[in-house]
Amino acid sequence: MSAAPIHLAGERLMLDPAGALFWPVRRALVVADLHLEKGSASARGGSLLPPLDTRETLERLALLVRRYAPEVLIALGDSFHDVGGASRLAAADADRLGMIVRGRRMVWVLGNHDPEPAGNLPGEHVDEYADGKLVFRHEAKRGAMGEISGHFHPKARVPARAAEISRPCFVADARRVLMPAFGAYTGGLDVKDVAIARLFPRGGRTFLLGRERLFSFPLSDVRYER
Amino acid sequence: MTGTFQEPFAGWFAARGWTPRPHQKAMLDAAHAGEHALLIAPTGGGKTLAGFLPSLMDLHAQPREGLHTLYVSPLKALGVDVARNLTAPVAEMALPITIETRSGDTPANRRARQREKPPQILLTTPESLALLVSQPDAGVLFGGLARVVVDEVHALAGTKRGDQLALCLARLATLAPAARRVGLSATVAHPAALLAWVGCGEAVRLVEERDGPPPALSIMLPEGELKWGGHMGLESVPGILARIRDARMTIVFVNTRAQAELIFQALWKLNSDTLPIGLHHGSLDVAARRKVEAAMAAGKLRAVVATSSLDLGIDWGDVDQVIQVGAPKGVSRLLQRVGRANHRMDETSSALLVPANRFEVLECAAAMEGVAAGELDGDAPRPGGLDVLAQHILGVACGGPFLPDDLFAEVTRCQPYAGLSRRDFDDVLGFVENGGYALHAYDQYRKLFRDAEGRVHVMSERVARQHRMNIGTIVEAPLLKVRLGAHGPVLGEVEEYFVNFLTAGDTFLFAGRLLRFLRVREATVEAADGGTGEPAVPAYAGGRLPLTTNLAKRVRAMLQAPREWEHYPEPVREWLRLQRGVSRLPGPGDLLVETFPRGDRWFLVAYCFEGRNAHQTLGMLLTRRMQRFGLAPLGFVATDYVLAVWSANQPVDVAQLFAQEMLGDDLEEWMAESSMLRRTFRNVAVIAGLIQRHHPGVEKNRKQVTVNSDLIYDVLRKHQPDHILLRATRADAAGGLTDISRIGGMLERIHGRVVHMALSRVSPLAVPVLLEIGRESVRGAEDEDFLLAEAETLVAEAMGRAEPPPFRPRVDTRKLPARQGDLFARRATRR
Repeated sequence: MSAAPIHLAGERLMLDPAGALFWPVRRALVVADLHLEKGSASARGGSLLPPLDTRETLERLALLVRRYAPEVLIALGDSFHDVGGASRLAAADADRLGMIVRGRRMVWVLGNHDPEPAGNLPGEHVDEYADGKLVFRHEAKRGAMGEISGHFHPKARVPARAAEISRPCFVADARRVLMPAFGAYTGGLDVKDVAIARLFPRGGRTFLLGRERLFSFPLSDVRYER
Repeated sequence: MTGTFQEPFAGWFAARGWTPRPHQKAMLDAAHAGEHALLIAPTGGGKTLAGFLPSLMDLHAQPREGLHTLYVSPLKALGVDVARNLTAPVAEMALPITIETRSGDTPANRRARQREKPPQILLTTPESLALLVSQPDAGVLFGGLARVVVDEVHALAGTKRGDQLALCLARLATLAPAARRVGLSATVAHPAALLAWVGCGEAVRLVEERDGPPPALSIMLPEGELKWGGHMGLESVPGILARIRDARMTIVFVNTRAQAELIFQALWKLNSDTLPIGLHHGSLDVAARRKVEAAMAAGKLRAVVATSSLDLGIDWGDVDQVIQVGAPKGVSRLLQRVGRANHRMDETSSALLVPANRFEVLECAAAMEGVAAGELDGDAPRPGGLDVLAQHILGVACGGPFLPDDLFAEVTRCQPYAGLSRRDFDDVLGFVENGGYALHAYDQYRKLFRDAEGRVHVMSERVARQHRMNIGTIVEAPLLKVRLGAHGPVLGEVEEYFVNFLTAGDTFLFAGRLLRFLRVREATVEAADGGTGEPAVPAYAGGRLPLTTNLAKRVRAMLQAPREWEHYPEPVREWLRLQRGVSRLPGPGDLLVETFPRGDRWFLVAYCFEGRNAHQTLGMLLTRRMQRFGLAPLGFVATDYVLAVWSANQPVDVAQLFAQEMLGDDLEEWMAESSMLRRTFRNVAVIAGLIQRHHPGVEKNRKQVTVNSDLIYDVLRKHQPDHILLRATRADAAGGLTDISRIGGMLERIHGRVVHMALSRVSPLAVPVLLEIGRESVRGAEDEDFLLAEAETLVAEAMGRAEPPPFRPRVDTRKLPARQGDLFARRATRR
């Protein structure tokens, strides 16, 4: 698996094909939109989806943590699908989370799905996290510089032969990076949607997640779509 | 009592100048003897009347209230048609019988009244029956049922709709053990399977009406050169129009909806006589289809261009000519279509086959031989879907509590589930109850519970309501309505996937009109009349039918019989002679593989003749194998006859490539990744009730959590690979796509008999498949990452950032982006 380097506000960052971002200088690993316990949330509405998404998401995270051995682990918001999510964690999953977090600093940035800090989780809860020239928040703010955020679950559709391939992706320009959603059950919003497109008025690049590497395409200049 | 007709029936027949047909009498005999029956007869032979006469006679002899006969057919319109046809004799003979239809279209108040005060004869669909069975009063409604008539049973058995219907029939057999079942069918290859299906564990009398003389088939070639590839057949349109002029009413059958639109368009361009020609396919608005059907029945149309949407029962009126454009793909289908022209049984029906390219000429000739030999084709029955069973179990629970042992016994009575294991049944039941997840059972949100006696109950009325809203086994790709302007009439539906390619101002062809795409608003495509320029044509994932095994065998045999070639048109003879001179012809028992270089790449063309689906699968397996052999494969394309793979390195040791071990680890790995399995899982998940049906644009209930089925599939596969839904998916894929076993059979057959022709250039026989490259959608190609890499490189080249390699896949210049280097802004044109 090979990560792709980009530069933001003078800092070198590595984009990992698993959908995470690594800042070598600070040994910080960043993931966004875990939406843990989305499966169990669905059961309330009558859809008995497999409650296995939390385990899967945490296992993927554990793999990344083993690879990068970060000092700081940042979750960029919507880490739980709803306010009661953390309390629904199965014992095995809570243990898994504990092991991932052990020996490093865990930062939970709050999101719109999980606006309240959950009492039973290890780590600190913040509205945003700043370090040097970079700022980490859940949802992008207009006019920000050196910003890394999530919230939008960006995905890009690429025409290939006569078919179309859709993948979650990073979106980046000189000022900011938008992260793909990391959760096992998370869907995506097309990068051409106005909500994302207006964050990149002068265009940018998308990095689609692949099995072994990322695939990069230019983001079209201002093409709003409903 | 024999099947003689008493008054008023004898008189009614006499007044019409009809003589009761042998099969009508035989059906009466069966009814009097208290037997179930299956009637196999070509269409137009008084089949429906044969199915109903026993009911009419019984009700005349012993009038009674309550539901007497239930009629089930796959099409709502068919039920409407039959109701209309039955009302005539009932009225004319003044029989005390009420006849009503019931389907999704029936208004709520009439549905409620039908349950309270049912008609004696009710005509309905499998879905509506499933709904009735799920009501607590089902026992009362069906308690006095005497007969169940299933029409077009050949079109239902073997499908998921048929599975659901079979389960409902088993339920009815429990609720009304005295009711007799009757199946009405067209001619089929496997009557034994149908007998078992109708029988539901009991004996069935077979009543067969012999076919009339075999139809007269002929082939019509286009004026001018016969093409090497392509399937649309547009070059033959002038000839088709001439034939339409010479006949009273013609049905022009095509294989795909896109083809229907194109041929319809092309006919009208030449239609200076303004002959009334209609269009009919499954994605047109229902009202438009009804209009065309009514016009046909009234004799107001001279021709209809149609897909298989016109295949089932509707009265065709005075059709006296059937034209099949493109290869017929199977003998049974062709016969069923042809048999319906010229309703009068004694006249020989005829049909014209119009091949679109040289290979299709052979296919048409093979079909003609198959018809002459009376060789029908068709798939062997497959086990019933576990997802359908899940839906049914929930439906039964909604109707009332049951004991699992009893339900298992009931369900295994019907043919699709006769082989169901108790373990599978218990796992399906467990899934319906609480999801069936080993690690975390949803106790709080369970849908079923068990009482102290072990009876299973539905948890709440809310669960029952949700079930009834989601009954059905037809799962479609997300569809968007197409409307003229913001408030104009709805023309039909297209798949969401097609709309993604359109930008404002693009022209597309639909419902026989040239339209200009305006916008998508609230899940509706708004379009205006009068697009200009080369139009795109909506294609549908339902796509192309594969060749049947028998036809493929015939075509292969034909290639190896030069003596027969004098029957083929000259361009085809020339083509085959050239092939023999340059390479050789595929033999009946070997596998011919040609390799040749072309523009710095190497091509491998294998003449397998196993049908497109099998070749797609084979392509995936073969390219993985070639990868391991260091041949650096780059892509492949499959047709019904051949598989073509292109690679960077020269293929050597070809015989080794086609070894049976391909079906070992390679296959497992591929099956695990396969998007075909994902699609199957999505369908299974929807039918089983795990995922709600996709309703594009409908305001999602905020409490509902929607998850893409692919994501669920991946998670289940990894953490609970033996979950019942995954087992259901694998069973579906293995059963529905017999291509794995076809490949296995082929590899075994050709072991040691691979003939490798190393050529210096493309052979004549390989040209058609090479023409498919670039034209073919390779949605079937599994390696998406490979495609992404290619797309990434193309964009980089286009932007001048990378050097192009010596060989490039053919790029349709109409598909290049409006602005260089910006694939997101590409103008969409599609063939």
